[in-house]
Amino acid sequence: MRLNVRKTYKLYIGGAFPRSESGRTYEVDGQNAALASRKDARDAVLAARAAFGKWSTATAYNRGQILYRAAEMLEARRSEFPAGEVDDAIDRLIWYAGWADKLAQVTGSANPVAAPYFNISSPEPSGVIAIAAPAGFLGLVNVIAPAIVSGNTCVVVTESAIEAITFAEVLATSDLPGGVVNILTGFAKEVAPWLASHDDVNGLDLTGVTDAELATELERQAADTLKRVIRPSTPKWTDDPGLGRMTAFLETKTVWHPKGV
Amino acid sequence: MFEYAPAPESRSIVNIKPSYGLFINGSFVDGSSSFKTINPASEEVLSEVASADASDVDKAVKAARTAFSKTWGKMPGKERAKYLFRIARLIQERSRELAVLESLDNGKPIKESRDVDLPLVAAHFFYYAGWADKLGYAGFGPNPKPLGVAGQVIPWNFPLLMLAWKIAPALAAGNTVVLKPAETTPLTALLFAEICQQADLPPGVVNIVTGAGETGAAIVEHPDVNKVAFTGSTDVGRIIARAVAGTQKKVTLELGGKAANIIFEDAAIDQAVEGIVNGIFFNQGHVCCAGSRLLLQESIQDAVLEKLKRRMTTLRVGDPLDKNTDIGAINSAEQLSRIRTLSEIGESEGAEMWQAPCDLPAHGFWFRPTIFTGVSQAHRIAREEIFGPVLSVLTFRTPAEAVEKANNTPYGLSAGVWTEKGSRILQIADQLRAGVVWANTFNKFDPTAPFGGYKESGYGREGGRHGLEAYLAA
Amino acid sequence: MVKRRLRLVNNAELTRILHGLPGVDKVGAEARAASLGTRSIKTTAKAWAIDTAIRMVDLTTLEGADTPGKVRALCAKARQPDPSDQTVPSVAAVCVYPSMVPTAAEALKGSGIHLASVATAFPSGQAPLSVKLDDTKAAVSAGADEIDMVISRGAFLAGRYLDVYDEIVEVKRACGDAHLKVILETGELATYDNVRRASWLAMLAGGDFIKTSTGKVTPAATLPVTLIMLEAVRDFLAETGRKVGVKPAGGIRTTKDAIKYLVMVNEVAGEGWLDPDWFRFGASTLLNDLLMQRHKLATGHYSGPDYFTLD
Repeated sequence: MRLNVRKTYKLYIGGAFPRSESGRTYEVDGQNAALASRKDARDAVLAARAAFGKWSTATAYNRGQILYRAAEMLEARRSEFPAGEVDDAIDRLIWYAGWADKLAQVTGSANPVAAPYFNISSPEPSGVIAIAAPAGFLGLVNVIAPAIVSGNTCVVVTESAIEAITFAEVLATSDLPGGVVNILTGFAKEVAPWLASHDDVNGLDLTGVTDAELATELERQAADTLKRVIRPSTPKWTDDPGLGRMTAFLETKTVWHPKGV
Repeated sequence: MFEYAPAPESRSIVNIKPSYGLFINGSFVDGSSSFKTINPASEEVLSEVASADASDVDKAVKAARTAFSKTWGKMPGKERAKYLFRIARLIQERSRELAVLESLDNGKPIKESRDVDLPLVAAHFFYYAGWADKLGYAGFGPNPKPLGVAGQVIPWNFPLLMLAWKIAPALAAGNTVVLKPAETTPLTALLFAEICQQADLPPGVVNIVTGAGETGAAIVEHPDVNKVAFTGSTDVGRIIARAVAGTQKKVTLELGGKAANIIFEDAAIDQAVEGIVNGIFFNQGHVCCAGSRLLLQESIQDAVLEKLKRRMTTLRVGDPLDKNTDIGAINSAEQLSRIRTLSEIGESEGAEMWQAPCDLPAHGFWFRPTIFTGVSQAHRIAREEIFGPVLSVLTFRTPAEAVEKANNTPYGLSAGVWTEKGSRILQIADQLRAGVVWANTFNKFDPTAPFGGYKESGYGREGGRHGLEAYLAA
Repeated sequence: MVKRRLRLVNNAELTRILHGLPGVDKVGAEARAASLGTRSIKTTAKAWAIDTAIRMVDLTTLEGADTPGKVRALCAKARQPDPSDQTVPSVAAVCVYPSMVPTAAEALKGSGIHLASVATAFPSGQAPLSVKLDDTKAAVSAGADEIDMVISRGAFLAGRYLDVYDEIVEVKRACGDAHLKVILETGELATYDNVRRASWLAMLAGGDFIKTSTGKVTPAATLPVTLIMLEAVRDFLAETGRKVGVKPAGGIRTTKDAIKYLVMVNEVAGEGWLDPDWFRFGASTLLNDLLMQRHKLATGHYSGPDYFTLD
């Protein structure tokens, strides 16, 4: 009888798996998970910002390839994830992977202005997105994928540490550059206010916040730097998600140039 | 010596009433109090306008709700389209009257209200009129629904144009509106209300409530408003974003800016100088997307500044109704004092001020076209929105430095880039974090071209297919 | 860039200079020209502008059918544009073919009106240099004190800038004391960049005036082309200290048009160019419209073509 080796569940920041700087843990399903703190949130935002330049300017084709790779890795490790969720999560990742190089065509436009100008509008990522993820694995994939497929980087807060950190291991082996996704396990109530009030965060996804008062307070904090906000909701994650989660964290840039010889 | 004689546009085309009520449910009604609106070029009182309090706003929202559920919201798109086309035509027919009134109330030159604002206002209604029966093709699902009642608060810099940007897409999508014009420029919105009557627009579809900040707050906070659209300062934008937190109201905000206008050494210099002038002196610099930070490549700094100063001496400042006026009056005493304060700060921080030599009228609010040289990123005049005819000049040596400086601001509304090298334009345009990039041009607008900001310049887009999204349920 | 005295020895050097000039953005330049065209010139300003425009006219006839009689009539009109109104100033110059120069010289004697002659195988410029130089010398010796030459657009468009340069230098030498106006024929230059380069080429080679057109090619003078040329003379003065004049020619027929040009001169080159020594209109029918508008301003009612002489 061999004694199995347990996994230590740590945070996922900048492509590495550090413990919480606070040294704290909390218990999830009988396992100890790192309990993220304010300073972990700060470090995660720094990592996300550092990763933004390269990820946002990577080709859409490349981003799509990496998301597809993540789906492949997930498929390979499906036994480590909740059986009722993993198939849908893989399929959703593939769905979003395909969007990478179609989003600009669907959400952009060539504008027929009434003057001799070349005029085109195209989407660009908003920047660093803070996400309060809903409980469970399928919800987690459903909030991360749309945020990053367009070139944003993100900091995710989730209580579902086991699935989240195992998923981080999937991402870490999918050629996803470090810092594009950062996962803080712990409590939104403690960490999210630091993200909502962080000046260097551009968007806030409150989908997983179940406390209405907390959600309102976070939205208020987000107003200080005019962050783009997705309000709390409880969607059925197997439904067609539409474009909404992607376009919420997209900016539209319109470029004008005169036409003349 | 070629002195242009005065060439005033006749103001007899407009008939300003001594007082105006609130436009609620298709007719003008008294408000609880009133305020005066003045001509900023002369300080003469133009009219007395009703001020809407929370109960007046409530009446307007109720009228809009009723119109939404009884008429407008149920009306086939093709019928809504015809109303909007009719409004567009009426605006064209009465455009000179509207232009003169706009210049009187706002202080902008008649040349701009006549040749820029009014043509764009009409074009905006024409553009969105055509969408009203084609919403299923706009890319927001096969059968997108309106949101309901839209509360809209607009600024004083382009009073009628901002009204068009708000009302045209809202109505096309099937919403009804309660709109508050700025307190210093209510008159063209009230004339627009008369145009709605002339168009036989069903009562309550458009409601115009005049007043100051409290009126705007009452609209934003009204529980039966489904959508808030605001154009104005970033500070007020923050307040609005906070106010709607925890509600289901959809919000779009078009806020301030501190745009960089980047001139590379290989630019078409004469056109770049025009672009600089148009970028900062158009509409007295009362433009959220104004090119208020000029970034000059060091190798051409002296040559461009010499040409710029020379060009600025030909700018004609004065009577907004004179057809030869290039720069009109500052919109209000309050705004003038803000411009003065920031200019003084610029001088005290060590930047060098140069003003175009020109005589200013004895009455009214005026500020000479001004440039500051020797400005660094740390100066307040390089960071804060002045919203006046004041340009801060900075320099750069490499493309990377230009982009870094351009993006080094919490704002992200617009930017300009001037170079004759195509590949450089495309690369720089990609790197600029701004919602509108004007390459080898500046301050161009079109109803088909989406407009709006990154970062603290707000969110949502106005114009184009994108502009419909703000008024449709996803 | 060209402050030093230029001794141009090869086409490559000249090409580098001309191609080093800032580009012209077509849309921006046309927008600027259009916006200057919206100036509203009224009352006293209009009266001043009309008289200034009359004094700037190079009254022109360049027809194969020209006769001494026609030229004499034109000269009479140049001296006294409106026989019924002695306050109307004379025009700047009369412009004719070389064969008509003796007739015109006789008719203009003592008037102070300049006599311009087109030369250098006008309007095509397609003749050997020796012919062009003889053409020029003949006109000057017959009494012309201004020569309007055409550049070889073929050489210019082929990038043989030095050939064009040398030709202008030679013609300038042949002119002696006569002023040289260099016709760029902008209607054949295709781009504003070329207009700017041709302007600088003509100025570098010693032209006293740069002129838009022969009048035989469409389009002739336009506001945007004149804008580019006014920018060129302004910048050339700043860089070299030498002032060069500008002459739009062809297609300017109304007072309204002429005033748009004057506004442009005023605001682009500066008031230093608002003088017949530095700005001319190459025109024929323009003069009568100026006279009619002058009459309207003076009397308060509109006039008709029958009240002004046809020549």
